[in-house]
Amino acid sequence: MTFETGVTFPVTEQMKHAWRGFEGRKWREDVNVREFIQNNYTMYDGDESFLEGPTEATDKLWGRLQELQKEERAKGGVLECETEVVSSLTAYGPGYIDESMKELEKIVGLQTDKPLKRAFMPYGGIKMAVQAASTYGYEVNPQLVKIFSDYHKTHNQAVFDAYTPEMKRARHSHIITGLPDTYGRGRIVGDYRRVALYGLDYLIFTKEKDLFYCGGRNMSEEHVRLREEIAEQIRALNGMKKMAEIYGFDISAPAQNAREAVQWLYFGYLAAIKTQNGAAMSVGRISTFLDIYIQRDLEEGTLTEQEAQELIDHLVLKFRMVKFARIPSYNELFSGDPVWVTLEMAGIGMDGRHMVTKNDFRFLHTLENMGPAPEPNLTVLWSSRLPEAFKKYATKISINTSSIQYENDCVMRPVWGDDYSICCCVSATQTGKEIQFFGARANLAKCLIYALNGGVDVASGEQVGPEISPITSEYLDYNEVMHKFNAMMSWLVELYVNTLNLIHYMHDKYYYEAAEMALIDTYTRRTFATGIAGFSHVVDSLSAIKYAKVKPIRNERGLIVDYDIEGDFPRYGNDDERADSIAIWLLKAFMKKVREHHTYRHSEPTTSILTITSNVVYGKATGATPDGRKAHAPFAPGANPSYGAEKNGLLASLNSVAKLPYEYALDGISNTQTISPDALGHSLEERQDNLWHILDGYFDQGAHHLNVNVFGVEKLRDCMEHPEKPEYANFTIRVSGYAVKFIDLTREQQLDVIMRTEHKKL
Amino acid sequence: MAYGRVHSTESFGSVDGPGVRFLIFMQGCRLRCRYCHNADTWRTDGGIEMTADALLKKALRYRSYWGDTGGITVSGGEPLLQTAFLTELFTKAKAQGVHTCIDTAGQPFSRQEPFFSQFQQLCAVTDLFLADIKHIDSAAHKALTGADNSNILDMLRFLSEIHQPVWIRHVLVPDITDDDEVLRRTRAFIETLDNVEKIEVLPYHSMGAYKWQALGLRYTLQDTPPPTAQRIQNAYEILNGLR
Repeated sequence: MTFETGVTFPVTEQMKHAWRGFEGRKWREDVNVREFIQNNYTMYDGDESFLEGPTEATDKLWGRLQELQKEERAKGGVLECETEVVSSLTAYGPGYIDESMKELEKIVGLQTDKPLKRAFMPYGGIKMAVQAASTYGYEVNPQLVKIFSDYHKTHNQAVFDAYTPEMKRARHSHIITGLPDTYGRGRIVGDYRRVALYGLDYLIFTKEKDLFYCGGRNMSEEHVRLREEIAEQIRALNGMKKMAEIYGFDISAPAQNAREAVQWLYFGYLAAIKTQNGAAMSVGRISTFLDIYIQRDLEEGTLTEQEAQELIDHLVLKFRMVKFARIPSYNELFSGDPVWVTLEMAGIGMDGRHMVTKNDFRFLHTLENMGPAPEPNLTVLWSSRLPEAFKKYATKISINTSSIQYENDCVMRPVWGDDYSICCCVSATQTGKEIQFFGARANLAKCLIYALNGGVDVASGEQVGPEISPITSEYLDYNEVMHKFNAMMSWLVELYVNTLNLIHYMHDKYYYEAAEMALIDTYTRRTFATGIAGFSHVVDSLSAIKYAKVKPIRNERGLIVDYDIEGDFPRYGNDDERADSIAIWLLKAFMKKVREHHTYRHSEPTTSILTITSNVVYGKATGATPDGRKAHAPFAPGANPSYGAEKNGLLASLNSVAKLPYEYALDGISNTQTISPDALGHSLEERQDNLWHILDGYFDQGAHHLNVNVFGVEKLRDCMEHPEKPEYANFTIRVSGYAVKFIDLTREQQLDVIMRTEHKKL
Repeated sequence: MAYGRVHSTESFGSVDGPGVRFLIFMQGCRLRCRYCHNADTWRTDGGIEMTADALLKKALRYRSYWGDTGGITVSGGEPLLQTAFLTELFTKAKAQGVHTCIDTAGQPFSRQEPFFSQFQQLCAVTDLFLADIKHIDSAAHKALTGADNSNILDMLRFLSEIHQPVWIRHVLVPDITDDDEVLRRTRAFIETLDNVEKIEVLPYHSMGAYKWQALGLRYTLQDTPPPTAQRIQNAYEILNGLR
């Protein structure tokens, strides 16, 4: 085929039928799902009274899946590991939740041949793949180990080939930590909606056209790489077609109806999770899109509301089953087996119309039809301009399930438009137009201690940072500490960015996300996400040094290991300008330093204040801080204020976090709050009204994110002591960045959550 | 400019008046309720002195959370011991369109001057009163709080005369205020008022007991359990005239 004469994809009769009744033109001529949505979605201002309960099929399938989940827990967290087959799009025949009930599954497709069985995915690193299996008592076929050790290099090996000694030291001492060098980087969201709207032939045609025009005049290294990548993408698209054929579907043409649209879209996502084990595997902004198909079928009389709900329930069932084989150190970072199947709803369009559809209610309703669950990671894109009936329903679901998170559409829309997806916990990317290089986080609390001790790590006694002169005075002087901290942070940021440059180069080379990239524009925008850990402790420490008297306590080697703090000092989390202005300074200073450096593949640097559950491990690796935090005690998660710092109640705490400028932390500012039901109001209706007013008030001030938990500490304690009680099997809570079943957290993390909840003022 | 004695503030209140509210706890109270959970607010010489402007500025930091329903609630301690200050605070709050609410036990109320005029001025800038009837029986009221209830009931009558909106709150303490006869008498009194918009039952809890210990005081209700859900429902129904 030649593209030189401006050939466009021939629109077949089948395509015309698939697109019947749809408005708009641009999306037909080019891949442009956003345009399709804006031209065709139906706003919904009503309440939840139209919703339908679960069908018998849903009850049966969910019942079976819960049995499997119970077995999985009984076996130590993993039901079965693959040891013989390397995962790929077509590595397995069809798989079902239960072979004997497969005709009940309205939406089909599993990662492997059996439910909850974890695939063998060696491309990120063979050592990790072997260790993940052996942790749960499985031995990978030695032949496969040999192939991926001797004949085929993996991402992990490549990274360690290139790491400098300084990078290894920083990694070993945990001042930079959680790096995606032992696991897939994730956070790349394919536009899975494209599969449904266009069908694969159209998408392949488009990529072939891109390949044709790529590098013909100027075959630079950049173009060579891109040409190879496009070819990989086309191969992946052809693989997706074969994968769907295994389940008896032909997805070469667009979806003709709602059921096909859901199934086609899911096949796109399934391709991603069969080939990548990224930390976060978001499915993206699919709710409004799918509503268009459901609405058309409802109007044509070919689908009932009950059938529509069943489609969504069954899709969500599949999202609840996504699994990867992980190593123990990964589980310590991201506890409870999360996969971040993040899915968005609501938001406001660029033209000012809200984007709430009936489907947003249906997705939330899955938490009622099938009970609470951590996945998919349901995310409401909030604006105070959303219809009140939707706000009330969302907050009702929050109060009853603690399973959803909220993000401020009004700060994200100006940056990312009205078709962004949340690519992991809280970070936005424009769907199908953009990818993110995920970069874990730098431990700024440790950096502060390095600044005091001249770059020597207290734990090991090793010189990890640059050998600047340590602080020798009897009391810490604010100006001296700031000067040294600034210098140490400059060193850390440079090393951190360089380390990430190296990791992402190797990931592109050895573990390229062909299936996801095939559903993203060839000429994509890239962001380069860095992150901060220990945020509140650095802020409070600097405040203590400034407003109280901090006397360092030194060990026999002269290293500062603890502090005597005389007098009180303002803490971040009380809407106190003195502490909060330090918080704002810290974020800006860090981000400005990141911007000074070259970032891989013309990416745009961003940062986040987000720790996920790794606040516990990061804290464990960090000595005492001048705010009074003891050595090895957990950090506060994300951008949360520290334990016990909040003395003026919830809204004062929210006001402090809301002051952090999102423009300096485009990768997200995560905040997790737990409210006891009694503190939220007397009745469910009062609680709903109060909660949505809180969300309005917080987000109207420009805050970015809020995880909302509604339960009392007694429930947590009881659940920790009696995890076997049936009512706790699916007891879900929000932690920094995702939702998790409380019983799946380590005891250490459970205690951390309990401590945080207890510290709330009554 | 007058100063108020403020015990503390709380940015998030959701059960003291309508909607999301900023709570101001005033310092000083003359009642000595046996179940008081803010015993540290009794002394009239404690707390910190604040101007109405400073307090209002602090409250307005939370305006974005109030929507059309929330606002500020002054509790205590006993707010009516600082009537002039409250009038200044609420006058300034009303000028900014803020919903104002007082949570009082009514003990300072009197139809004598100078209190009575000051109280009327305060009523003019107050949107809602939350009034506690500690006990409908005057002798029992005295045993529970150290003071009889005649002027407290008179305050409620006066608020009714001037059509000032009121929510009645009843702290339900097993054996002391949780008695059907007492509840029915309370209901009968409420029926004589024409300004009651809502009647709430507040179940007794002992979460303030530690403050008594910290103050070197003896807490006498340590063996009293919280009321059962059944009794709470019973009290709610009787007080609301549903049974």
